[in-house]
Amino acid sequence: MAGSGVVAVYGNGALTETKQSPFSVKVGLAQMLRGGVIMDVVNAEQARVAEEAGACAVMALERVPADIRAQGGVARMSDPQLIKEIKQAVTIPVMAKARIGHFVEAQILEAIGIDYVDESEVLTLADEENHINKHNFRIPFVCGCRNLGEALRRIREGAAMIRTKGEAGTGNIIEAVRHVRSVMGDIRLLRNMDDDEVFTFAKKIAAPYDLVLQTKQLGRLPVVQFAAGGVATPADAALMMQLGCDGVFVGSGVFKSGDPARRARAIVQAVTHYNDPEVLAEVSCGLGEAMVGLNLNEKVERFANRSE
Amino acid sequence: MTIVGVLALQGSFNEHIAALRRLGVKGVEIRKPEQLLNVASLIIPGGESTTMAKLAELHNLFPALREFVRMGKPVWGTCAGLIFLANKATGQKTGGQGLVGGLDCTVHRNFFGSQLQSFESELSIPELVSSEGGPETFRGVFIRAPAILDVGPEVQVLARCPVSSNSNLHSSSSGEGKKEKDSESKVIVAVRQGNLLATAFHPELTSDNRWHSYFLKMAGDVEESSSSIESIGVNNSRFERSKSDLPIFI
Repeated sequence: MAGSGVVAVYGNGALTETKQSPFSVKVGLAQMLRGGVIMDVVNAEQARVAEEAGACAVMALERVPADIRAQGGVARMSDPQLIKEIKQAVTIPVMAKARIGHFVEAQILEAIGIDYVDESEVLTLADEENHINKHNFRIPFVCGCRNLGEALRRIREGAAMIRTKGEAGTGNIIEAVRHVRSVMGDIRLLRNMDDDEVFTFAKKIAAPYDLVLQTKQLGRLPVVQFAAGGVATPADAALMMQLGCDGVFVGSGVFKSGDPARRARAIVQAVTHYNDPEVLAEVSCGLGEAMVGLNLNEKVERFANRSE
Repeated sequence: MTIVGVLALQGSFNEHIAALRRLGVKGVEIRKPEQLLNVASLIIPGGESTTMAKLAELHNLFPALREFVRMGKPVWGTCAGLIFLANKATGQKTGGQGLVGGLDCTVHRNFFGSQLQSFESELSIPELVSSEGGPETFRGVFIRAPAILDVGPEVQVLARCPVSSNSNLHSSSSGEGKKEKDSESKVIVAVRQGNLLATAFHPELTSDNRWHSYFLKMAGDVEESSSSIESIGVNNSRFERSKSDLPIFI
């Protein structure tokens, strides 16, 4: 229809589901990742280490967030060649990051045939106003959030999975805790709310009413919710799980530490046995040096505040 | 109230427990070998099979799982669980992965390809319908799914899925992940062998509980379920409703 005459279909049918990959199939993979750890890797060798440690997926990157922070400059999508090599090396799902609003980077990632795209604030923004219209893609997206309103706006744009933003590359869990507590706190508030109050609440958090109501009915976000941004130890990972997340992203925490293979395995075990302090104590022993942490003072750039 | 164990290392165990709850059955999470002693039947959920195998190895679960299967206790594997139960699996990671085994078949891990090739399909399920009633087809959700390449003589095939409909998907994904071309137009996606049940798709992601009640009946655990389940089966609108639903969560 589009392009064949003067009548253009509004939004290219964006808000209707495509036959080939309905929303449930997109969310389905995220559901299969629940209770797992997704690790940032920069080459095929690291991807193999992550797979051997029991990661449920890997995020293919050129630089881990800690290096992006240290080196500065514009951070973009990784070289597709690198992502292909990583995909070749492992059997677990492979994710990759696209800049916020950069839908062509997302098209390229879809063409490579990876499993998930992370529209990430860790990379430099391509569009300050708009995110990618994720309904236009067959590939599923994961997006960051700091609060419930932001999460539901991303879901309305087509995100099939949500992660907290935290503060990537700092090895400091404080922001991730703040964001998880904010989302969970708002959901608890919403659950106790009278149906009449939901309209105003939706307006207040600037989120679509139908998704707010659905969240109230489900008692949780309508998609899988992971924690990300600052996880550096097994205890951090278990903390995120006990706060109610479905799984954990670990960025710089693994491969910026003294013994990546061991730490990766410990974090995977900590996420599975998050409620068992004895196992947590056991896996936390003798992991070597953790990544160098960063205290969040005014001089540290906040990636999380880059998008709304 | 009967109790069913659900292997809770990673993956969709919450969804299985929720599905069991809808049938009035309690599901308990199994993470350690000794917890298997308290349950009479087990569901191995979907997830990443490599991850689940790694965690099972680290916590020494494989001997206990093999013993569980050997004793003839009912076990149902979905997706990754199917790979666990198979005697032979192809397409594994470098170095292979641990399997529980017991089901006489060969499974191709990740047969359908990456997430872009994930799909939903209405499967014809005569055996399940004769036992549970309801519509003739079941909405099968295939997520980076495996498929069963061949089965031994004792294995009963419960469902097949046409692969021809995916061939256009394969070609559209820029020649990525070329796999061996199957001359057959259908692959096996659900089987039963004695007390072992295995599905390549994810019944736990739909609101249609028939596979779960089938498994419970197989386990011979549900006393009054036959009446209540069939009455649900008559009401087809309940199954139709779920088409555009968001996925099932706890």
